[in-house]
Amino acid sequence: MVTPTPLTIDSLTKVYGEVTALRDVSFQAAPGRVTGFLGPNGAGKTSTLRILLGLNRATAGSALIDGQRYRDLDAPFHRVGSSLSVDVFHPGRSGRNHLLTLAISAGISSARIDTVLDMVGLSEAGRRAVGGYSLGMRQRLGLASALLGDPDALVLDEPINGLDPDGIRWMRSLLRSLAAEGRTVLLSSHVLSEVQQTVDDVVVIRHGRVVFDGPLATLESGTSRVRVDAADRAALTDALTRAGATVELGSAGLAVLGLDVARTGEVARDAGLALTHLSDESDGLESVFLSLTADAAPPAPAAAEGSAA
Amino acid sequence: MTALLRATASEFAKVFSLKSWWLLGLIMVVYVGFTAAALAFFFSDLGAQLAGAGPGAPAPELDPVVAANLVYSSVTAVGLVIPLLFGALLATTEWRHGTLTPTVLAQPRRGIVLAAKAIVAAAMGVVYGVVGLVGSVGLGAPVLAALGEPTALGEPEVIAVLLRTLLATALWSLLGLGLGALLTSQIAAIVIVLAFTQFVEPILRLVASVWEWSASIGRFLPGSATDALVGAGILSSLGALDPSVPSATVDALLWWQGGLVLAALAAVLLVAASLTTMRRDVE
Repeated sequence: MVTPTPLTIDSLTKVYGEVTALRDVSFQAAPGRVTGFLGPNGAGKTSTLRILLGLNRATAGSALIDGQRYRDLDAPFHRVGSSLSVDVFHPGRSGRNHLLTLAISAGISSARIDTVLDMVGLSEAGRRAVGGYSLGMRQRLGLASALLGDPDALVLDEPINGLDPDGIRWMRSLLRSLAAEGRTVLLSSHVLSEVQQTVDDVVVIRHGRVVFDGPLATLESGTSRVRVDAADRAALTDALTRAGATVELGSAGLAVLGLDVARTGEVARDAGLALTHLSDESDGLESVFLSLTADAAPPAPAAAEGSAA
Repeated sequence: MTALLRATASEFAKVFSLKSWWLLGLIMVVYVGFTAAALAFFFSDLGAQLAGAGPGAPAPELDPVVAANLVYSSVTAVGLVIPLLFGALLATTEWRHGTLTPTVLAQPRRGIVLAAKAIVAAAMGVVYGVVGLVGSVGLGAPVLAALGEPTALGEPEVIAVLLRTLLATALWSLLGLGLGALLTSQIAAIVIVLAFTQFVEPILRLVASVWEWSASIGRFLPGSATDALVGAGILSSLGALDPSVPSATVDALLWWQGGLVLAALAAVLLVAASLTTMRRDVE
C-alpha cells in the first residue's frame, strides 16, 4: 500500500566553492500529484534533487522525505525511488545484473526485477550489456531501478530526455497512473512543454532561486491577456475592474489581465454593453515560462552550470 | 548487520557480473606460473650449469626448502600487483562509471558500503592467492621434480609459506581498495599501482639495503613487509643467492610483524578514504 509521502524542501542553500548554486529554495511535492521542477540547465534542479536523496550535502536548510532525511529511512527504495542520471551504469554489466546488485543491497526480491523490466519494456534487452543501450533504453533502465522498491515517491531528473515520441507518451501515462495511486512524483525538466501534459504542480527555479511555485493552472491563468473594446470604454473598464481584472487603455481598445476571453464576454453581457472587439492575446505557456527564466543580463554562470548540472 | 550482509552480497554480485575478475585471475595464473617455472629451472643443477661457468660448476649453495619456497612464493614476488589492482578497481570503478550514485542510493550509509567492499576485497584477495598458488605450485613443482630437485611440498616451512601467501594477497587487495577509494581516479590508481610495484618499490628496496639506517626503514616498505610475512622473497634472499650483492645486516621483520605493517597501512588508507572521499558529494 502507498504511504502518503510528501517531499519537502526547506530553505535549501548550497555553495560550491565560490558559486552559490541554491539560495533559500523551498517547495513541497505533494502525494498523489506530479510536480514539475523546471528551470534552465544549471539553475540548480539537479543539486536540489541530489541533496534530497542524500548524495550531496546541503550548506544550509533541509530536504526531507515524509519528514526524514534519505539516509535515515529504514528502507529507502520502498519510500522513494529515483533516477538522476543515465550515466550511472557500468557498460560491461547487463541491465538485469545492474538491477540485481541494487535489489540485493536494498533487500528486494529478485522476482521484482523481471516485473520492473517488463514495466519499462526492457524484458528482452535486460540481458544485454548496458554499453550497447541507446539513451532512451538507459532512461528506461533508470526508471526500472527507481521502481524496484515499489516506492511511495518517485524523483526523476529529466526523465523525458532521449525518449522517442512513443516513449514520451508512455512515460506520461505511467507517471500519471503512479500519481493516481497516491504516489508523489517529482520530475525535473528544462523544457516546460515536455512535461506540460504530465504535471499538476510547477516549481520554477532560476539561478538557484524559486521564481514560481503553484499549480500549473495558476501559471496558465497568469498568462491570460484579452483585448476588448466597446463604445462606452469607461463603463466597460468599470465593469471589468469590478470583476477583478486589471484593465489598461491600449491603442486599440482595452487590455484585460486576469480574466479569460469567455469571462470577459460574460462581464460585458451582464453589464449590458455591446462589444466592438473581443480577442485572446494570451502568450503561450512556454513564453511565460521563458519570461520567468529569462535573464536580463546574458547568462554568465558557466561555473554554476558545470557544478550544478 | 543485515545491511552489511546485503551490501557485501551486492558487492560480490557486482564483481561477478563483469569480466575483469576472471581476466585478472587468468593473468595471475599464467604470469606467476611462468615465473615459478623459470625460477625452478634457475635453481636446479641444470640451470646453474647453463648459467654458470660451464659444465661441472657447483650449483648455488641453496637449501632445497629455501629454493622451493622461492619458487612457490612467485605469487608474492611478482603476482601481488593482481590483487592490488583488483582492490583498486573495486573502488575506482564506482567513480569511473558513476555507479557510486545507485550504490549509495541503495545503501545510504557509506561506511557500510566501504566495509562491504573491504570484505569482498579480502575474500577475493584470498581467491587470487589460491589462483596464484595453482600457478606457482602447479608449474613450479613439476619443473623442480623433472630436474631432479626436491619439491619439499610436505615441509611445514613450505606449507606455512603457502598459507601466509593467502594472507599477503588478501592484505594487498585491501591496500588496493584503500588506495583506490582515496584516489577515486581509475587512471591514477592504475598508474600508481603499476609504477610503485614494478619500478619504485624494487629500486627503493635495493637502495635501502645498502646502509644499515636505511635498511631499518626499508624493511617497512610493503614489499619487504610482505617478504617477511610470507617468509620468502627474491629481493630479501639476494644475499643468499649472490654474496657479492651489498647488504646491510638488519634483522628482518618477523612474519607477524610484516603482516601487521601491511594491515596497518591498509587500515590507514581505508580510514582516510572513509573520512574524505567517501564523505564527499557524489557527482
